[in-house]
Amino acid sequence: MAIVSRGFQGRRREESVKLPPGQYLTYDFPVLSAGPTPRIPLDRWEFAIDTEAGQTHRWTWPELMALPAEQPTVDLHCVTKWSKLATHWRGVSLDVLMADVETTAEYALVYSYGGYTTNLPLEDLLDGKAWIAYAFEGEELEPQHGGPARLLVPHLYLWKSAKWVRGIRLLHEDWPGFWETAGYHDYGDPWREQRYQGD
Amino acid sequence: MSTENDYLDGNTLAGPLAELFAVDLTVAEGKCVSCGRNGPIADLRVYGPEPGLVARCPGCEEVILRLVRTPDAAWLDLRGVVALRVPLP
Amino acid sequence: MRPLPWRAAKLVEIRQETRTARTLAFAVPGWPGHLAGQHVDVRLTAPDGYSTQRSYSLAAPEDGDRVELTVELVADGEVSPYLTEVLEVGDLVELRGPVGGWFVWRPESARPVLLVAGGSGLVPLMAMIRARRRSAGLAPFHLVYSIREPAQRLYPAELDRPDPGLRVDYLYTRATPGGYGRPPGRITRADLLTADPDADCFVCGPTGFVEAAADHLIALGHDAARIRTERFGPTGG
Repeated sequence: MAIVSRGFQGRRREESVKLPPGQYLTYDFPVLSAGPTPRIPLDRWEFAIDTEAGQTHRWTWPELMALPAEQPTVDLHCVTKWSKLATHWRGVSLDVLMADVETTAEYALVYSYGGYTTNLPLEDLLDGKAWIAYAFEGEELEPQHGGPARLLVPHLYLWKSAKWVRGIRLLHEDWPGFWETAGYHDYGDPWREQRYQGD
Repeated sequence: MSTENDYLDGNTLAGPLAELFAVDLTVAEGKCVSCGRNGPIADLRVYGPEPGLVARCPGCEEVILRLVRTPDAAWLDLRGVVALRVPLP
Repeated sequence: MRPLPWRAAKLVEIRQETRTARTLAFAVPGWPGHLAGQHVDVRLTAPDGYSTQRSYSLAAPEDGDRVELTVELVADGEVSPYLTEVLEVGDLVELRGPVGGWFVWRPESARPVLLVAGGSGLVPLMAMIRARRRSAGLAPFHLVYSIREPAQRLYPAELDRPDPGLRVDYLYTRATPGGYGRPPGRITRADLLTADPDADCFVCGPTGFVEAAADHLIALGHDAARIRTERFGPTGG
């Protein structure tokens, strides 16, 4: 049983009916890092989708910019318990990128510059639920927040929204990523509070 | 909050690892699987503590060790070290 | 059984060190003792069960059940504002330790020692200076202490008092006392030129400072294996 320290409140924790269980509201944009921030020059940046049949679809930065963009407004929920509401992004829907990709895979392993990975079911990337985002609040996405481009899949905890995204591997089996192999949940639905393996 | 190269030394792992081991693992020396560099855990570059502690080789930045503390378990990954020499006086 | 339990720690004394830093002395029943340079984890729990923890260096050598920390207020921090502005004598926190067996100095060593401190990075190095004095150690100590301006010096009276075998050099990065020879500025190689090249080096401070100081030492021919560092970083506060 922990001892309560008199007068200690911690950071002001605002709870709200709009938030998933256990989350509190924040107005800044905390940065969590598991390694050095990669710097990727745009002329060498590329995004790829690799299918289970061994086909690779690639986009350079100008090619990504030429695709139709959307401007989603979404809530972010980090597994470290902060939530940030109504954030504004600009990016390309995964539906657009997947349009010409032939696959029967059920799972996706997202990989990033710098070596980060995260896994999720492919259907969670489709039907308007996920974007390759390159602008945040009207500005180009800063490197510390995942720029030049990050995955944005806001209905899952934010560790699924891989920063510095480099590609997506389509797989028949679920292949746990960086945090998922170290105790974090394979799916990570904030509304069901799926933080850790077994939740 | 975090800016460029914001990492701590492996010393900072002493408390979290002491939840698991009776000896101080930060003085243990090991060889990096990726580049072969030798050194104590105390010399690694540690990112975190949230969502988990990630210790990287100061030579090649590869992940040496990860430690995640959940409410009822600790997950320890020592993937990046060939072997640890733990001094036992 | 946990190898390292959380222990109740009752605040018994406060010393204001600067406008933004204070030393907290706790009574910790059952404290197992520690070495100079080690740190502790401090855990605070709110009435609603929310709890958070931070690491702090021990500021003084082993002294029975008494444990001293010097805490610098981090603007925007969560724990340091509580420790420096709210906590009063008689209040309780939880503490576990000591931890860290790498960044330590042992009084039985007679080897020359170079201490390089940036800001409140002085704290664990001060524990070493105090441990040396207490043991009447023969090891020559040289402290190079970088701070923004004179008012930020920690333990000024104690460091000004004669302590045979201890040499102290101050580097000011923004404002110097009147008539000070070295112009204000960050640590350079020249600031470490007179250090004993054979010394055991302990470098503590913010990440950028530690990086710069360690690079200078290596460039001056110090053996990397004799340089021990302790950075405090992004989650301070």
